Amino acid sequence: MKNKTYESFEAAVADIPDGSTIMFAGFAGPGTPRNLIAALLAQGASGLTIISNTPGRWADGEIVDLKVLVDAGRVRKAVASFTAAPHPSMSGVFAELYEAGKIEAELVPQGTLAERIRAGGAGLGAFYTPAGVGTELAEGKEVRSFDGRDYLLELPLRADYAMLRAHRADELGNLQYVHTQRNFGPIMARAAHTTIVELDLPIVPAGEIDPDHVHTPGIFIDRMVVVPADAIQETVRNG
Amino acid sequence: MADRIAMEFEDGWVVNLGVGMPTLCSNFVHPEREITYQSENGLVNYGPLAVEGEEDPNLVNAGGQYVIPIPGMAVLDHADAFALIRGGYVDVTVLGAYEVAANGDLANWRLAGRKGGGIGGAMDLAVGARNVFVMMEHTTREGAPRLVERCAQPITAPGVVKLVATTLGLFEITPDGFVLREIAPGYEPDEVQAATGARLIVPPDLREFQTRA
Repeated sequence: MKNKTYESFEAAVADIPDGSTIMFAGFAGPGTPRNLIAALLAQGASGLTIISNTPGRWADGEIVDLKVLVDAGRVRKAVASFTAAPHPSMSGVFAELYEAGKIEAELVPQGTLAERIRAGGAGLGAFYTPAGVGTELAEGKEVRSFDGRDYLLELPLRADYAMLRAHRADELGNLQYVHTQRNFGPIMARAAHTTIVELDLPIVPAGEIDPDHVHTPGIFIDRMVVVPADAIQETVRNG
Repeated sequence: MADRIAMEFEDGWVVNLGVGMPTLCSNFVHPEREITYQSENGLVNYGPLAVEGEEDPNLVNAGGQYVIPIPGMAVLDHADAFALIRGGYVDVTVLGAYEVAANGDLANWRLAGRKGGGIGGAMDLAVGARNVFVMMEHTTREGAPRLVERCAQPITAPGVVKLVATTLGLFEITPDGFVLREIAPGYEPDEVQAATGARLIVPPDLREFQTRA
């Protein structure tokens, strides 16, 4: 049995080279691999292309998410469903860099983003979606009509690495998530060459997780690190 | 506004609420109507907003607000959550907007003149939900109308909005344009027309904003 368990976040991200494309799970907190992001920041890889729902939070504060990589200048390009804050009253470093032309971005409707990631992990060449038809996002894309409705051709996304947070795993990497921690985890785990997961709970022996209750099969998981009690936990944020 | 929009939810509907004001709709639903709330980050059948001390750090709605689980809740991954949306299983989405046009065009993801935007799930919801309702202030902070003949802001989806609640009234979008169905207390139709960037049809049965007693 291949040992997928790493003793530290540092070791789990040590080989990630400059210029890598990395998918990061997480939506509004739950599922964000905060400890892996902190380790990647310390490791120093730069020129990264990040694929995620947002390029980090828009507000200031001490919370570790993709904002720390953006603020440190490690990100060359972001593929996300937000390139500006959801409300004009919020801003953030990413938005300032993007408006100034200092960072690249590809803005993708969230459902299209999820499906492109799913398609990337599912071996598909492309798919057609109705989202974005008749908008400026359709510019340059093939439009095709099926049964009288127009659809846009969208291409799959793959990555060198994916990073996610899950609730628990067995030693083979069979994962369970808790509630909305799941979000992009299952689809990103399949769409990357190397998938790294941080875990809420200690790793259990094979057979401890009911096979009918596995959310992400271990075949998609390459590296696991259990989050120690003194590392970053997902906590309730106010405001 | 949230109260008025929520009155339109029919028994058995699956409802998706956008970030911001629309999330308030879940507070006003008729107790005798069974409504299922869906959230694009992968929740079906979730409960009300969590009160302080009851939050689960791993249970949020699409607005990032902590919600409480209810019996029958189900969790999906992000691709399945949007399959549900595009697949036609959502009866209504309630979204905020910058502008809505008389032909039903929705603009809510980017302000003209800015490079960045925030689409989130709006483009998928706008084409996937059976009904698109909008809640917004009637005018911008500078006093410009948000109900317009043609959107000046880049659109999210063409011709999808059916109903709009603003601070001044309830507007139905028909093949002939905006129909003022209900008006906020203390306003006259010509005042609402003056604050609107498209012709309003004022029917003889115009009513005051209806809210539950």
